[in-house]
Amino acid sequence: MILKQLKTGFLVFVLLTLLTGAIYPLTMTALAQKFFPSQANGSLIRQDGKVVGSSLIGQNFGDPKYLWGRPSATAPIPYNGSSSGGSNLGPLNPTLRNIIEARIKKLKNADPENITPVPVDLVTASASGLDPHVSPAAAFYQVPRVARLRKMPEGEVQKIIRRYTTARFLGLGGEPVVNVLRVNLELDRYGNKTKS
Amino acid sequence: MNLPVDWNPAVQAFVYLAAVLVSAKPLGIYMALIYEGKPALLNQWLKPLENFFYRFSGVDPAKGMDWKAYAVAMMIFNALGLIMVYGLQRLQNFLPLNTMSLSRVPPDLAFNTAISFASNTNWQNYGGERTLSYLTQMLGLTVQNFLSAATGMTVLIAVIRGFVARQAKEIGNFWVDLTRSVLYILLPLATVLAFFLVSQGVVQSFKPYGKASLVQPLKGETGQDVSEQILPLGPAASQIAIKQLGTNGGGFFSVNSAHPFENPTPLSCLLQLLAILLIPAALCYTFGSMVGDLRQGRALLLAMTLIFVPCLLVCYLAEQGGNPVFEQLGIDQSANALQPGGNMEGKEARFGITDSALWAVATTAASNGSVNSMHDSYMPLGGLIAMWLIELGEVIYGGVGSGLYGMIAFAVLAVFIAGLMVGRTPEYLGKKIEAYEIKMVSLVILIPPILVLLGTAVSVILPAGKSGILNPGPHGFSEVLYAFSSAGNNNGSAFAGLSGNRFYYNVALGLAMFFGRYWLAIPLLALAGSLAGKKTVPQSPGTLSTHTPIFIFFLAAVVLIVGALTFFPALALGPIAEHLMFKGSTA
Repeated sequence: MILKQLKTGFLVFVLLTLLTGAIYPLTMTALAQKFFPSQANGSLIRQDGKVVGSSLIGQNFGDPKYLWGRPSATAPIPYNGSSSGGSNLGPLNPTLRNIIEARIKKLKNADPENITPVPVDLVTASASGLDPHVSPAAAFYQVPRVARLRKMPEGEVQKIIRRYTTARFLGLGGEPVVNVLRVNLELDRYGNKTKS
Repeated sequence: MNLPVDWNPAVQAFVYLAAVLVSAKPLGIYMALIYEGKPALLNQWLKPLENFFYRFSGVDPAKGMDWKAYAVAMMIFNALGLIMVYGLQRLQNFLPLNTMSLSRVPPDLAFNTAISFASNTNWQNYGGERTLSYLTQMLGLTVQNFLSAATGMTVLIAVIRGFVARQAKEIGNFWVDLTRSVLYILLPLATVLAFFLVSQGVVQSFKPYGKASLVQPLKGETGQDVSEQILPLGPAASQIAIKQLGTNGGGFFSVNSAHPFENPTPLSCLLQLLAILLIPAALCYTFGSMVGDLRQGRALLLAMTLIFVPCLLVCYLAEQGGNPVFEQLGIDQSANALQPGGNMEGKEARFGITDSALWAVATTAASNGSVNSMHDSYMPLGGLIAMWLIELGEVIYGGVGSGLYGMIAFAVLAVFIAGLMVGRTPEYLGKKIEAYEIKMVSLVILIPPILVLLGTAVSVILPAGKSGILNPGPHGFSEVLYAFSSAGNNNGSAFAGLSGNRFYYNVALGLAMFFGRYWLAIPLLALAGSLAGKKTVPQSPGTLSTHTPIFIFFLAAVVLIVGALTFFPALALGPIAEHLMFKGSTA
């Protein structure tokens, strides 16, 4: 009985493997590439013919003239696209406290005049280490700094932030977020425009 | 038209649960038709394909199996899956579609991953984008996502047939149940879901990883300039769709559904959340439909929901309440229209607290090991809920098939306890519950806690176990407890600070996953065989009705009491101790 079952099992396994492991993913790839080529290939952002990022994957910004995103815990460098990961630090871990204190300090040093409390998502590491967004609160918190360093009116910076803010899905799902990379690309473009 | 912030979490949770419960009934009845071989559109259109499968592999679909033959077929089939996933990982450097030239996977990690995917656990000691080739992901993991889910469904259907059959030896044909699960249920749903996921930005491509020039270059570890960012790709959407539908949960990428390429938007999050509970909830109606009384299925579904809702509430409140340590640092954790607030460490901005808590509770209830936030960074009570839902035996919706067969075991136990109280021979769905049945049910209920508690105890004693812990104090103990809870109950999520990818944990957790799966499935098939052989007892006025509110509450209480009594001492050493430390540090 077992020998016959073995043979049957092997043949069923081969068929189902071909169906679910080859035909299915290949069909889905063909459909995806036909109907949603941009999304299927990583939602890339191109500028002057070269890929400058993905609208879904954040980049590391530490220069005070840029909007900063979520802290990233990926190793060995932040926002490492080939190795996603969170900090996995427990809520009471002293290391977490020290890291966050250092982040607050860095924010304050870059903009000593800002005395409003820091929004929590701006000093806590994201789950993926690749979070492309910050909350609107975290973005607006940085407006005075960015505007001053870029010699832009604060209103212009706010306008750019609003343009790249996504509301909740149907006013209900998820959270409103600001795409950090898109804002920074636009800030650079604004700078170039006013120069020329 | 934004709703006031305070109401949003409640409305989101309500809409989500309502969507699950409303779609459960039609899908459940459809699945019953499929397994009974009655016409249901898809099985008429695809009949020739199904028949080809049987002809090709020499299956006689009309021939039933007794429980032993059914179990043997299941084990053979699962062994093949195990060998395949192991082999693919070990040989991937010689095989095609290894676009990133990844090296072969070490034997202990390959062993762990193979069991993990065959057993529907999907514990992740591998890091998708840096460990596995496209071919391994497709032919190994995607396939097992389907087949392990289908295996769970076959065992469940066999158990249901045990109740339906009268003085019969046979409980169905494993190959037929398996083929139908894939062809008519999993594959069509996965195709639709994968398509929607791609539209949201989940990648689906065979190209090598992309590269972007960074807007602001940075200095690497050794001071070198880094000016490019790698953008990983792969056939992800096709795998993620079935990962959720089959309550598998193993990520295509390392951080699973927190990765923006695996779960890019609130809509993709909602769709995946729906997919996670859809089939487990619907199978309750399949059960009701096949035993000829939909109320029986609804009763189990309601008992599950009764436990689910308060757990969700506690987890949400714990996370939204935020971290007192952050409070001391002067951080703004309040929820308002401009920010989610709360404990955002290890959470994504687009999901905030609500979608993260919903996900954590749904996935741990449903034995779906995927994560969209890092459970290790949860507040003690938030993490406690996730861990405890797993420890209840993955019966609150649970895995596809496995959740409901676990819940049926609890229902049999509940009927037995009620029978003891009133001094009558207990019966469930017209079948007398006797010593043999209770022995099998006891195995099903007792084996996972033994694996979990023994595994944890041994690991916190051995240096090899202790050295994998990341966080100090009780939280470190929680990491180990969570790991064995997850493996022994085939969930697959983790307190990921624990370094699981080392020889000791690869082997120990691998064994826990193996026994946690098959040592439950086989006694359940034995139960099915024994029930099938019995006569159906006619209902009498003294028969305990098993669809009434009283029974629903009683069943929920049995699940909760068994879970609480078994795990309270261990939980007291982990999350409960940590919670008290917080109280102490902020008093």
